[in-house]
Parts: sequence; C-alpha cells; structure tokens
Amino acid sequence: MTVNHSLSDGLVRIELQGELGHHEAITAMQRINEIIEVHLPRRVQLDLAGLSFMDSSGIAVVMRTLRGCRDIGAALSLQGTPQQARRVLSAAGVDKVVDIK
Amino acid sequence: MKNIINEFTVRFPSRSANESFARSAAAAFVAQLDPTVEELYDIKTAVSEAVTNCIVHGYRDTLGSISMTVRLYENGTAEIIVRDRGCGIDDVKLAREPMFTTGGADRSGMGFTIMESFMDKLSVRSVAGWGTTVKMSKRLTRREAK
Repeated sequence: MTVNHSLSDGLVRIELQGELGHHEAITAMQRINEIIEVHLPRRVQLDLAGLSFMDSSGIAVVMRTLRGCRDIGAALSLQGTPQQARRVLSAAGVDKVVDIK
Repeated sequence: MKNIINEFTVRFPSRSANESFARSAAAAFVAQLDPTVEELYDIKTAVSEAVTNCIVHGYRDTLGSISMTVRLYENGTAEIIVRDRGCGIDDVKLAREPMFTTGGADRSGMGFTIMESFMDKLSVRSVAGWGTTVKMSKRLTRREAK
C-alpha cells in the first residue's frame, strides 16, 4: 500500500495504491491524517483507482478521513473507486455520507 | 451441496501479513470452478473479513493459529471454514450486528455484514475461551455453463 498526495489551490488529492486490508489500514490512516493536518485543505479527493483490493478496513479509513475533513471544515469526495471497493462501501452505507465516483 | 470435488486446508499464524495470503489462496483455489471476476472478489473479501476477525478479536494481543479449509462441490458451490482457538465471542448475535466492534478506532464493525452480503450462507459458532468457527458458502455462476 502506498499513499501519495498532490496539492493545488486548496485541494489535496490523496492516491491510495495496492491492497487495503487490516494489515495496511493503520499506516494508511496515519499518513492521510498527517497530510490533512499539515495542509489544512478546503477539499480532499481520495483517489482509489489504484486499489487492487479493499475490505471493511477501507470503510474505517474512509470514515476516519471524513471525520478529519469535518474537523477542519473540508469537503471529502472519492474518485476512481473500483467496483469491488464500491460494493464494500455501499454495503456499509458509506455512499450515503460521502460522494463516491 | 452434493459431492466434494476438491478441498484444501491451510494453517498459519495470526499475523496480519497473512491476511493477504489467505484471501489470495482461497481465491486461487476457487478459480477452479471458473467463477466470474466479481464472485472471486466476493470470496476474497469475505475471507479477508473472517481471517481479520481471528487476528483482531480471537487472538487480540496474542499470537495463535488460524486454520482455513476451502471445499469445492460438484454443484459449483464453494465452502470456506475459518477457525481460531482464541478467546471466542460472548454474544454472537450482538457481534453480527452492523457497526458493532470490540476493536479500536481502526475497525468499522462491518466484517460480519460484509461476509453476509457477499456470501450466500454464513454460520458462526463460538465458545468463550475456546474459539470461533466461521463457515460460509457461495454458489458460483460457472461461466462455462452459460
């Protein structure tokens, strides 16, 4: 699992690549929180296009990211969500609280 | 489910690095039934949840042994049994409720909900102090039959 980010005009784009299960989740959460706390963006895009697998650990990562965004008044959206990850997120109702594309 | 046409059992320590191995091994074996890509992902996801539960809850703060059996049946059903000898679950009904977790902030409490959503059948047997057995099955489409 790798976590990369880029900045432009108040937007932070965070790319997750690889598999996101329990083994990778804590590191991913910590890295995402660091990025948000350092840059204090107005908008956060979580780009999931590079995920080859995600289980319910990914739900916790997305919800924790949402909480971090709300704490600083930033908007969160998911981009490039693969079908498998989308099904996991939808089964948990995450699509009702986060914009998933 | 009729006759078993193939099966394997694997035993591994409850290290989180083995979660990826377990889901990949199960999916690779089930691929013999020629399922769809989506069905294979369903199996991988459900196995990942079951094995993670053993590691996070069954053997919380300890290292134990997890066994996984995958059986393939003549009628195209895949059955997966994941077993630990950890602390067990006091209240299985409560544990299966969405959002319930005894794990930390990094857990969503959606593991059993995902297993139920992605598989056809799920049963959980647990005895506090003796461990937990999760048995789940899914009837696969078998693309060759189309």
